[in-house]
Amino acid sequence: MTKGQKISLSKSDGGALSAVRMGLGWQAAPRRGLFGSRTREIDLDASAVLFADKQPVDVVFFRHLTSDDGSVRHTGDNLVGGAGQGGDDESILVDLQRVPVHVDQIVFTVNSFTGQTFAEVQNAFCRLVDETNGQELARYTLTGGGPYTAQIMAKVQRGASGWSMTAIGTPANGRTFQDLIPAILPVL
Amino acid sequence: MTAELVRGQNHPLPGTRLEIRVSAGIPVVAAVTLADEQGRAVAAPGEAPEGAWLAHPGSPQLSGVEVPRQAAAEHRVAVDLGTMPQPVHRVHVLLALPPGRGPADFGAAPAPHLTVTRPDGTGIASYTITGLTSETALIALEVYRRQGAWRVRAVGQGYAGGLAALLLDQAVLEAPEVAARIHEAVTRAQPRSIPVPPSAGPADSRATQGEVATDGSASAAPTDSRPRRGASGGTVPAAADAEGTVPGVPGASSAAASTFSGGPGDAPPGGSPAQSGSASPGASRAASGGTVPGTGPSGAAAPGATPSGGIDYRHPRRRTVPAQGAAVPAGPADGGAEAPAGSSGGAPSGGGDAAPGGGPVAGDAAGWTMEERLHNQIWGMFEDLARSVAAYRSAEDFAQSRYEQELDRLLADPRTRGGPAAEAAREQAMAKQVALVDQARAVLDRDLAQLVAEAEVVEPALPPAFAGWENPSWHAYRVPQEPPLAVRLGSLSLPEAPELRIPLLVRLPLERGLWVDAGEDRRGALDTAVAVAARLLASYPAGGLTVHVLDPAGTGATAFAPLYAAGALVQPQPTPGPAGVGEVLQRLTERVDLVQMALRGGAADALPPGFDAAEQLLVVHEFPFGFDDRAVNQLRYLADEGHTVGVHVLLVADREDAAEYGPLLSPLWRATLRLTPLPSDHLADPWVGHAWTYEPPLVPPGSTILPQVLRHLAASPPATHGQ
Repeated sequence: MTKGQKISLSKSDGGALSAVRMGLGWQAAPRRGLFGSRTREIDLDASAVLFADKQPVDVVFFRHLTSDDGSVRHTGDNLVGGAGQGGDDESILVDLQRVPVHVDQIVFTVNSFTGQTFAEVQNAFCRLVDETNGQELARYTLTGGGPYTAQIMAKVQRGASGWSMTAIGTPANGRTFQDLIPAILPVL
Repeated sequence: MTAELVRGQNHPLPGTRLEIRVSAGIPVVAAVTLADEQGRAVAAPGEAPEGAWLAHPGSPQLSGVEVPRQAAAEHRVAVDLGTMPQPVHRVHVLLALPPGRGPADFGAAPAPHLTVTRPDGTGIASYTITGLTSETALIALEVYRRQGAWRVRAVGQGYAGGLAALLLDQAVLEAPEVAARIHEAVTRAQPRSIPVPPSAGPADSRATQGEVATDGSASAAPTDSRPRRGASGGTVPAAADAEGTVPGVPGASSAAASTFSGGPGDAPPGGSPAQSGSASPGASRAASGGTVPGTGPSGAAAPGATPSGGIDYRHPRRRTVPAQGAAVPAGPADGGAEAPAGSSGGAPSGGGDAAPGGGPVAGDAAGWTMEERLHNQIWGMFEDLARSVAAYRSAEDFAQSRYEQELDRLLADPRTRGGPAAEAAREQAMAKQVALVDQARAVLDRDLAQLVAEAEVVEPALPPAFAGWENPSWHAYRVPQEPPLAVRLGSLSLPEAPELRIPLLVRLPLERGLWVDAGEDRRGALDTAVAVAARLLASYPAGGLTVHVLDPAGTGATAFAPLYAAGALVQPQPTPGPAGVGEVLQRLTERVDLVQMALRGGAADALPPGFDAAEQLLVVHEFPFGFDDRAVNQLRYLADEGHTVGVHVLLVADREDAAEYGPLLSPLWRATLRLTPLPSDHLADPWVGHAWTYEPPLVPPGSTILPQVLRHLAASPPATHGQ
């Protein structure tokens, strides 16, 4: 999938997508030298911001793991990464049928909480998965992504015929999703 | 936003000019009485007895209130509280059936619905009177003065004896004559009134009265939700005034972890047959789980009160397991028990995806026993309702704020401020708002229908500890061998779904003290405390809970009588007055101290011989009467420290009474779970912080279930403690 590409989330058999998952994975920082424990850990964070008519109305991130309406859930913060080989270290699950009616866009972002840029993190990726059949809808490699600490990854939006997804992939800088709001607004 | 009141609940009134709208579905007579602080009719000297205090069709006008002259299905009663005579403290709105026409009683009629509105028609509070049977007259609402401010209370008190009985209860001397005059006035005005709609025959309608009542409330709901949408103004009940959070949250994802970390009775996690079979507490827990589905149906069927026979008490994927599980008690210690215990633990997570039917099933949640599954299911319903309503409220708020922003934009631009184009733009913005709210409402209704269907199968399947007193399972009550996972201390509801009552389940042993707020209704608070104490007593094995009652003034003697009447369930009253208070508190304080010391020293078995191993419940009435400073400190110590060593506190108190202690006692109030004798919205859920309306676990009027259960408990031999 490439930047700006838009795919419909309705299935080929006519049924609409009911659940998507955003997965984020990276490899733990390597241990070096005598005081190995002093090596700084790498903490990437996945967040989802719910927008209604271009206004943020709710957010799901490591301090608020479930949206108030229960439709978007974060499975929990991972502070060090580790899977690296294709497994997700952090996941955000979206139950599209239960998203409140006024929410028309959900934007997924990745931030480096500990400040390393994507150039320094190994094997970092994020992806969107159709949770009903495990099929990958979009995948980005973050490693080598340049001197950025955040990325606005993708958005799912509500249309007349159901939900569709747009890949965004805009790099940005910031520690948590709050820093990204100005960068998100242009892509809505 | 119109507050949806339940029986007994009260609500502040914003002004003195009101309109009370009555919608009864059949012609009814509306009347208003004015009464003083004691509830006695106020009569000015020299006036006709009913002239000054009763507005009825024959004499419709009083200062500040006017009622319609005839019976009708819809009434509007204008009230101006500002012009009421000074002695008037209570204004009662009465409804009565006109004699000789229509249904014989309110049980056969649709549920009357009342809405209190501002003069411009925006709703303040509404109330649907359900559960009526043979009443022909009723006090629907009470508007009363409390500390200078007017409030409205949903009363719904019916009288089978009609208006005469109602008026007699209001201390009217010539009640039958007055009632006759009212009926005569109605009969005179009859030709102008609305014709009677066709109604079912009395015998037939009596049989289906439950359905009539629910139909009535269901049909009232949509009409009521209109003003709420229009007038919401983006206000959601502020959770800031909520005073407590419901404790003990097994969130959906953490359910397994939090339930397993509980008491010693929980089965060990892991789940290999060898493990759960060898650990005797685990095995017995599984065994009791196996018996619950067995006793459920017989208990429910006994009084024949369950509406349909099709309720399935078993887990959908455990069709055959209960039979095996029920065999466990035969030999819980030997190796033969291992297989069923293991299989009952493994079955829910195992395959068997082909759940029969699509409807909800009781016990459809994770857990090792039926009890645990029901507990987790109820908490799941609680969370789902909280979140569904949160979605609806946020959509409604958003629609409203977007509408206001669009109006602001229109007004800000001189080109769009006036003219037909502006009008069209405004209408378009309005239509957008209404469309979004309608959409949100449809989603909410879908969710609510699902939850209501689930509640309908879960409620009858509940074991006594989780069930309301009206549940038939209490008639099949048996003294438990070990305390249940949790006990129901009332029920919770939200204004969006007043018919959906979520049981408030609190884990045992209690982790907080309980405080029954006696501020509004002292007698009701006592009854609530007795109902709660009885529930706790009935939840423990015989002799597992010792109850001490401190009633230094002796004013609660009649209310506490059921606890004493059953037999030796409650410790004998100490000497009245401060001496007795000091003695009991001293004993319990020493006990907490001793047990804590033993636990800290790792010598729990070194307690003196003959030490009462039962948990203790201290019920304090009229705190702080009879308490000196030392006793207050001891009580605070018990409330803070006691629960860790099985000493629990249940206070019946009005905060005002303890006002002289100032903020010193605030931590005590905050640390306790506040229960109210009247429905009130003071409890917040742990997920989104809605203010939930709490209703106490009161015994239905006329039911003898409480003394019956206590007698049963007192008659059973105490379980042996110690190894």
